[in-house]
Amino acid sequence: MRFRAKMIDIGCFNHFTRVVNTISKLTKTCTLRLTTDKLYFILSDKVANGGVSMWCELSQGNFFDEFQLEGVSTEHNEIYMDLAAENLFRALKTAHNAKSLKIKLTNKHCPCITLAVELPSLSRVSRVVTHDIPVGVIPKKLWNDFKEPSVPDFDVSIYLPPLKTMKNVVERMKNLSNFLVLEANLNGEMNLKIETDLVSVTTHFKDLGNPSWGDNGSQDSTQDRDPETMMDVKVDIRKLLQFLACQQVNPSKVICNIVNKRIVHFILLHEDVSLQYFIPAHA
Amino acid sequence: MPLSTQLEAGEEQYVLIASLDNARNLSNILKAIQFKDHATFLATSNGIKVTVEDSKCLQANAFIQAEIFQEFSIQEDSVMFRVNLAVLLDCLTIFGGSAVPGVTTALKMCYNGYGYPLTLILEEGGVVTVCKINTQEPEETLDFDFCSTNVINKVILQSDSLREAFSELDMTSEVLQITMSPDKPYFRLSTFGNSGSAHCDYPKDSDMMEVFQCTQTQTNRYKMSLLKPSTKALSLSCKVSIRTDSRGFLSLQYMVRNDDGQICFIEYFCCPDEEVGEQEQ
Repeated sequence: MRFRAKMIDIGCFNHFTRVVNTISKLTKTCTLRLTTDKLYFILSDKVANGGVSMWCELSQGNFFDEFQLEGVSTEHNEIYMDLAAENLFRALKTAHNAKSLKIKLTNKHCPCITLAVELPSLSRVSRVVTHDIPVGVIPKKLWNDFKEPSVPDFDVSIYLPPLKTMKNVVERMKNLSNFLVLEANLNGEMNLKIETDLVSVTTHFKDLGNPSWGDNGSQDSTQDRDPETMMDVKVDIRKLLQFLACQQVNPSKVICNIVNKRIVHFILLHEDVSLQYFIPAHA
Repeated sequence: MPLSTQLEAGEEQYVLIASLDNARNLSNILKAIQFKDHATFLATSNGIKVTVEDSKCLQANAFIQAEIFQEFSIQEDSVMFRVNLAVLLDCLTIFGGSAVPGVTTALKMCYNGYGYPLTLILEEGGVVTVCKINTQEPEETLDFDFCSTNVINKVILQSDSLREAFSELDMTSEVLQITMSPDKPYFRLSTFGNSGSAHCDYPKDSDMMEVFQCTQTQTNRYKMSLLKPSTKALSLSCKVSIRTDSRGFLSLQYMVRNDDGQICFIEYFCCPDEEVGEQEQ
């Protein structure tokens, strides 16, 4: 297995750093999947995560000027590895004014992703800062655990309100309750509700817009339904807040798909990076 | 959608309705007395008084007059209930704690009477939040029996100077000693902490001293832990009046200007510390 890549554009460093920062806010460890075209940051839904899962996908061509990959075999030209996104983020932060960034898979006592950051210097010779981030290479027999999730057969699809507003409200609600009910309908309306012995709070959002999915099986079944009917999911507030707080910049649109009482699925598209996040209903 | 249309059907049932264009005019003042979880609300045609007490030695009251509200209607002579203040503040600041310039949260507060929850309707940027907070049996609030006829000593200071003094107080001292006298040192704050005694004096003709009416030398000590929460009220205020009566009870009255320049008052009453050893001068 071999992997080496090089980035030279400052805009790309910053963009890539922002993506990794977002991932590190969502999960401590995740799986990085490398293919010749794309990078994926994956979190599969284990009990340890509270059943939450994540799929983030970016085209390597948007970031790297050079990208060479030799996967586990010619037939399966991919590499899967576990890493702590926070470690990668900390290393990338040092590259914000770098001349170039080289990333490669190495073996130093253990497999590592090695970042070589070439920093500007007054002398002829550049300074290079090297970071070794330990990773766990995942054998092919386990790759099935990291399959791309399919868009669920949702009951309602709706655009989220501005993330900052939603995050402020959910942050306050977190002081009052551990669980929140997120409900929405086909009329662009969404409510966030908490209820405890002490207090009940409901926040109403309107005119959010419902994305059209074209010829989608889910859409057919919803056509007969009254657009006012609310579909809902009860979720752990901290998981929802983690998702709302992960973005540092406001993305253009976030789509929220709800499977009644089962799962909520968020799709965030920003600057050619797509991020999907699933939160299951609380049992 | 204007808040008023939401409750049109049931408005006759409410014993108290109070509305504010800017919820911060209520939340800021309540934060200044939030040192315990529970508060007692007393509403009369004059407005709302919110009381928080600690160990029967300290009482803080925030007064929000009826004129502060854009709408204030009460159907009974007085309405009283007890509510979890931390929960109330989380609801009042549901759209975020920090003030964003140009953005205000409108508030409508409704109470249906004994046994009913306190309903808050908040609106910001077209988003509406409805909160129903369970109320509890109101408990008798202490009457410190502090009346102006028994006041021995009184000073009114500009809060700026007192803020400085309070921020420099030696917090390792268990008590704050206040000396007020027609003679030197006039007005003195003293502490007795790990590093020794410290005194902060204000001369009676200081610029900061707006009123100085001391008739008798009095030295009283108050538990530092009881007075510490009052610094929140101090930081919000522009002026503070400090009075002691014949029993050594302390009354601190803070004049607070809200976002719209209107005046509200916060008052702290504190009992003197009984476990006084030899008083140090």
